Amino acid sequence: MISRIDKDHSRFREIVRGKIRQNLRKYISRGDMMSRKGKDTVSIPMPQIDIPRFTLGGKGKSGVGQGEGEPGDPIDGGQPQPGQPGPGEAGQGEGDKSLEVEVTLEELAAILGEELGLPRIEPKGSDALDTKKDRYVSLRTTGPESLRSFKATFKRALRRQVASGTYVPGRPIIVPVREDRRYRSWRTEPRPQSNAVIIYMMDVSGSMGDEQKEIVRIESFWIDTWLRSQYQGLESRYIIHDATARQVEREVFFRTRESGGTMISSAYKVCAELIEKEFSPEAWNIYAFHFSDGDNWSVDDTSSCISLLRNVLLPACNQFGYGQVESPYGSGQFIKDVRGAFGADEKLVTSEITSKDDIMDSIKEFLRGGR
Amino acid sequence: MAPISGELLELQARIQGYADEYGLNYSPQVFELIDYEQMCEIAAYGGFPVRYPHWRYGMEYDHLVKSHTYGLSKIYELVINTDPCYAYLLEGNSFADQKLVMCHVYGHNDFFKNNRYFGPTDRRMIDVMANNAARVRRYMDRHGVGEVESFIDVCLSIDNLIDPWAPFREPPKAVAATEGEDEQHRLRNVRGYLEDYINPPDFIAKQRQRAQAEKEASKRKVPQRPERDVLGFLMQHAPLEAWEADVLGIIREEAYYFLPQMQTKIMNEGWASFWHSKLMTERALDDSEVIDYADACAGVMSMAPGQLNPYKIGIELFRDLERRWDTGRFGAAWDDCDDLQAKESWDLQLGKGREKIFEVRRLYNDVTFIDEFFTLDFCREQKFFTFNENRRSGRLEIETREFDSIKQKLLGMLTNFGQPFIYVVDANHLNRGELLLGHRHEGEDLKVDYARDTLRNLERIWRRPASILTVVDDKPKRIRYDGSEVTISDEPATFKL
Repeated sequence: MISRIDKDHSRFREIVRGKIRQNLRKYISRGDMMSRKGKDTVSIPMPQIDIPRFTLGGKGKSGVGQGEGEPGDPIDGGQPQPGQPGPGEAGQGEGDKSLEVEVTLEELAAILGEELGLPRIEPKGSDALDTKKDRYVSLRTTGPESLRSFKATFKRALRRQVASGTYVPGRPIIVPVREDRRYRSWRTEPRPQSNAVIIYMMDVSGSMGDEQKEIVRIESFWIDTWLRSQYQGLESRYIIHDATARQVEREVFFRTRESGGTMISSAYKVCAELIEKEFSPEAWNIYAFHFSDGDNWSVDDTSSCISLLRNVLLPACNQFGYGQVESPYGSGQFIKDVRGAFGADEKLVTSEITSKDDIMDSIKEFLRGGR
Repeated sequence: MAPISGELLELQARIQGYADEYGLNYSPQVFELIDYEQMCEIAAYGGFPVRYPHWRYGMEYDHLVKSHTYGLSKIYELVINTDPCYAYLLEGNSFADQKLVMCHVYGHNDFFKNNRYFGPTDRRMIDVMANNAARVRRYMDRHGVGEVESFIDVCLSIDNLIDPWAPFREPPKAVAATEGEDEQHRLRNVRGYLEDYINPPDFIAKQRQRAQAEKEASKRKVPQRPERDVLGFLMQHAPLEAWEADVLGIIREEAYYFLPQMQTKIMNEGWASFWHSKLMTERALDDSEVIDYADACAGVMSMAPGQLNPYKIGIELFRDLERRWDTGRFGAAWDDCDDLQAKESWDLQLGKGREKIFEVRRLYNDVTFIDEFFTLDFCREQKFFTFNENRRSGRLEIETREFDSIKQKLLGMLTNFGQPFIYVVDANHLNRGELLLGHRHEGEDLKVDYARDTLRNLERIWRRPASILTVVDDKPKRIRYDGSEVTISDEPATFKL
């Protein structure tokens, strides 16, 4: 039976979800969400959900207390806590009562999906590939002591003692011997899985500033969150490029700042190699995202990019997303060239991001295809 | 959930014996043993096993369970004002803790039964709440969860607008026309021949006419006098569906039920603590439990800086009272005595302390309790101070140890539980059927953003524009919601009764 409070609790959770949905744009454009990420949950700060009443405003905190001290002595111990609104700031009362809501990434992805109206993704090659997973389901007679199953061991011992007549019901002492010991053991189970990989590419040339990188970081977090909710065991790869490209770790991806020219084709080449070597398009759902400020070095390079896209990348990928972040230095020409070359190709999605507020729309543009 | 048995039941019998011995007068007491989640559930429901469905209970529950999980708080005991009196014990508490809780509960029980302010409450509230819940569920089945829930939100938004004295007031009787009403406009005239000069006939006639017109107008005015029971007023006069009126009635009924608990927080907790301390230290406590008891007790009585602990101030006041009436330190002789030495050794051996505290627990509420018994000596002894927030550093600082300002502040915090005084002034404002409320300003402004949202909710109930007269930054203002937007405008004068 579901107890009453569980119903009320889930109503409350629904309201919280509603609030998150309402303010999703705000949460998305703020970068601090990722830093609040725990293992599987994100804790989101939100103002206390309150029932409005006629109440007295109060000018600052005051009251009556009890204890030692002279007038003028502070009574709240240490320093004022950082993060609390400073004195004299408006809305102090509400600031204090903020609610930390823990939401699982899965739930967050669902909220994102609902809010943006994202279609569920139809995976391809879903049963083409099996993964294997070990599960501890059986017992055996040898193994490390740390895996000894006490219950099974004592059962064996009991059975042996009953059989050999040494068990006294009035004084039920059971002593397991070496032969009684049982250890937990695993069985490897095949598990059908749909595989997906996201390949992020980013232009790190001199023209990409910190703010542009922040936008990319936030956007890839949300794309990641959504795609992860759609696939188990999502892989991700990161490629950075200026005039040359290389594959890097996640941390490096977001931090590096080189300062060279820009040859986008270099990144596309690395991406193509990566797909060829590791991710066969028959078995993998491949998503590639490329973020740049749209400033390519030469027209020649742009045309080689387009031929790479046409001949290699687009056929292999479920979707290729190109996001152009507006930067004060870039010409922003690349997106026009790409659009000119591919026009209405469904697999290629382009999006222009001028500021953090556009991130949400951009995510929507990238993901609404449901491929 | 299960009634207690075995050892705990024996313990209850023992403690009840001690309570009898000290003359506590309680309703039949029932203890139930529950686990922590159940405790949180019941606490979220305000002590009752069944309440109407609403998300705020879920929020409260979420909060309680979390703060328990993180080790921030622990609910020891829950007791509710019913007959028989139900109290919940937490499974897994130590025996010493259970003892303490039982003693404490007998104190509460005695207080519920005997304090004047609890007199009008319904002692079968468990059933009433369950019935209310069933009705609300039925409305939800019929009209949809969302609709009923949002109406409950609206009602809760004004559930503090009730009249604390309504339960004690006799229903209004029709007032007979007073005689000589006519005469009140006449000046007294001892010399007959000056009558026309002192009371010119046309002036008197004018006055009479005016009074007549006023009377007529006030007869038509609803309410005739500003009405504090806003909830009750809306129930009678607002254009509500039957189910809405019922839901509003349920909220009002439950608000009135919880009212005395707010009116007597300090006394109630003080009284219960006084008795647990007495029963434990003089009777129930075993030698082996002294440390645990002292630890638990210190936890309950501790005073966090910047927070008033009702347990602490209550118990100390009752102890002080008992001592004063035992030694005769009261009355004119004591007040007039200026000799410090004589005062220090003052002992008339009256032994009236016990009698006095029982009388006080019967007749007083927090405001009158503090007003009468919070004395200069007590204030000094207990090291009270007022504190303020230092605007520059954002820290709380001790402001003063001056008796008068401390008492003033304390009473100010307790008066109307720190809530504003709000009245229905006119139900047909501007002859347009608008609702006009008045806020009796006592020095502190309303929170304007909250007031706005509350007005929206009032408009939802009244279905016509709603306004409130109040004061913002020392200027009389009117906040009005007309169904589409909130406006704040100047007013010529502040609202007064």
